[in-house]
Amino acid sequence: MATSAVPDLNAAGLKRDASLEQFRLFGLSFPALALVVVVLVIPVAWLFVLSFVGADGAFSLENYTRMVELKSYRRIFLITFQVSFITTALAILAGYPFAYFLAQMPPRIANLFMIAVLLPFWTSVLVRTYAWLVLLQKQGLINQWAISLGIWDEPVAMVNNMSGTLIGMLHIMLPFLILPVYGTMKAVDQDMVKAASSLGASPTRAFWSVYFPLTLPGLFAGALMVFILCLGFYITPAVLGGGKIIMVSMKIVSNIELFVNWGAASALGVVLLVIAGIILWAAARFVRLDQLAGGGH
Amino acid sequence: MLSWLGSPATQTQVTHGARLWLYALATLMVLFLLAPTLIVIPMSFSDSQYLTFPPERWSLRWYENYFDSPQWMLATRTSLKVAVLTTLVATPLGLIAAYALHTARIPAVRAAFVLLITPMLVPVVLIAVGAFYVYVRLQILYTVTGLVIAHTVLALPLVVIVIGSAFKTYDMAQENAARSLGAPRWKAFLTVTLPQIRFGVITAALLAFLTSFDEVVVAMFVSGGDNPTLTRNMFNALRDQIDPTIAAISSIMILVTTTLMLLAQRFGGRRSN
Repeated sequence: MATSAVPDLNAAGLKRDASLEQFRLFGLSFPALALVVVVLVIPVAWLFVLSFVGADGAFSLENYTRMVELKSYRRIFLITFQVSFITTALAILAGYPFAYFLAQMPPRIANLFMIAVLLPFWTSVLVRTYAWLVLLQKQGLINQWAISLGIWDEPVAMVNNMSGTLIGMLHIMLPFLILPVYGTMKAVDQDMVKAASSLGASPTRAFWSVYFPLTLPGLFAGALMVFILCLGFYITPAVLGGGKIIMVSMKIVSNIELFVNWGAASALGVVLLVIAGIILWAAARFVRLDQLAGGGH
Repeated sequence: MLSWLGSPATQTQVTHGARLWLYALATLMVLFLLAPTLIVIPMSFSDSQYLTFPPERWSLRWYENYFDSPQWMLATRTSLKVAVLTTLVATPLGLIAAYALHTARIPAVRAAFVLLITPMLVPVVLIAVGAFYVYVRLQILYTVTGLVIAHTVLALPLVVIVIGSAFKTYDMAQENAARSLGAPRWKAFLTVTLPQIRFGVITAALLAFLTSFDEVVVAMFVSGGDNPTLTRNMFNALRDQIDPTIAAISSIMILVTTTLMLLAQRFGGRRSN
């Protein structure tokens, strides 16, 4: 008994030391965490409180009932979801095959084509949105060329509307889909596909029943990231939508810049955040959050 | 050519011919992804108020406009200052946080990670409005300090993720070996670990720089006065009319981005997924 009591005592001390050490290590993340709390958590909590303050300064739910009652607000949410859904769908349709192409090419060629994904990814969103504005406007390049080639006669309105917004958003969002999908595709064991085909599966069958399911986690992570980013997007719809496509984020800005209505803006922000939170929470069972950013490009 | 079409592209006997659609689609995608941005560069040398391609007459007038304008120069200086400071703050903060999350064995690590990447998931408009509200009260609205703090928060998720994935490919046993030989933890980290994850750190630093330099929405709210950022002024100019000076500035920004990206590819080339 006595001989084993000494190591036990020691073990308790060591254990305490070890957990103290772990906590000290963890403490290294405190400066970063503190900054996030000061700039993000506290202000957002503050906005949450503001959203329950009515025009008369007393507690009120008017900022929330307004969203349900006013048709203009319902429309804003409808457009936000519409733009987000369509952009995500287009990004999947265009991005998945491109990621597949990258994954199938020998590394040297794939790296070259990767520039096409990484260069836009790194380039300022504002610059890219501006580029589309220049290309798509009435006197823009695409109209000039289409008319001189006789594809259409009159300048077509491709910007300051839904189509311009969608083109611009798709361009911004594609890398967010392609990178995680490419990541999971590279991790797929090619022997699985070979095994399927040696067992008699046609290439199409092998793709859909073996390869595609194995890449779903990446596709899911990418689509989720695109959708969440779209929900709160501001610059591209503001520049390419021409005031016709009003998304929630734009209404938040105009509520503050034009109407100085903090309550209304805050309530919109809270609703936007709650929607994004619910989607992420539901998705967290299927996808690891650190996969969202494409694993660190 | 014909024999190439019939030759197998994969080990499961799919021919190149059967894959032509995939190659065609890839070509279209490259065009869609690259052409719009790159075409701005030649257009910025156009003499005309209406940007044309190819330009009828070449001229540097939009570049002169930019470099001769005190407002644009002030905004450029602010943006550079803020971006450099953000890089200098966000990179070390993110580095030690990523180290903590990688090495500490306590349950709170997961929650801390989620909190650190929330700035990437919360709509940036909300962060901008919140920062504006707080900054007015702290009296740091329209200051470099305020911008650097906000941009650091926006850059942290990327820094933590990029450096975190660098840690995952690094064998911690090496640092432990150094420590068991008597090196204090900080020394073992600086002399053994850091040199081996440096590519991740460099990439993270470049990303932090670009996050700040390209940021628009937060800058719209908390920059201005004596410290407007370049992107804030560009965005305002875009809303008013299409000033071709923006094309010149955009071209310069594309050049800077491309250079940084190629540097990252070259020095961060050993990054892993």
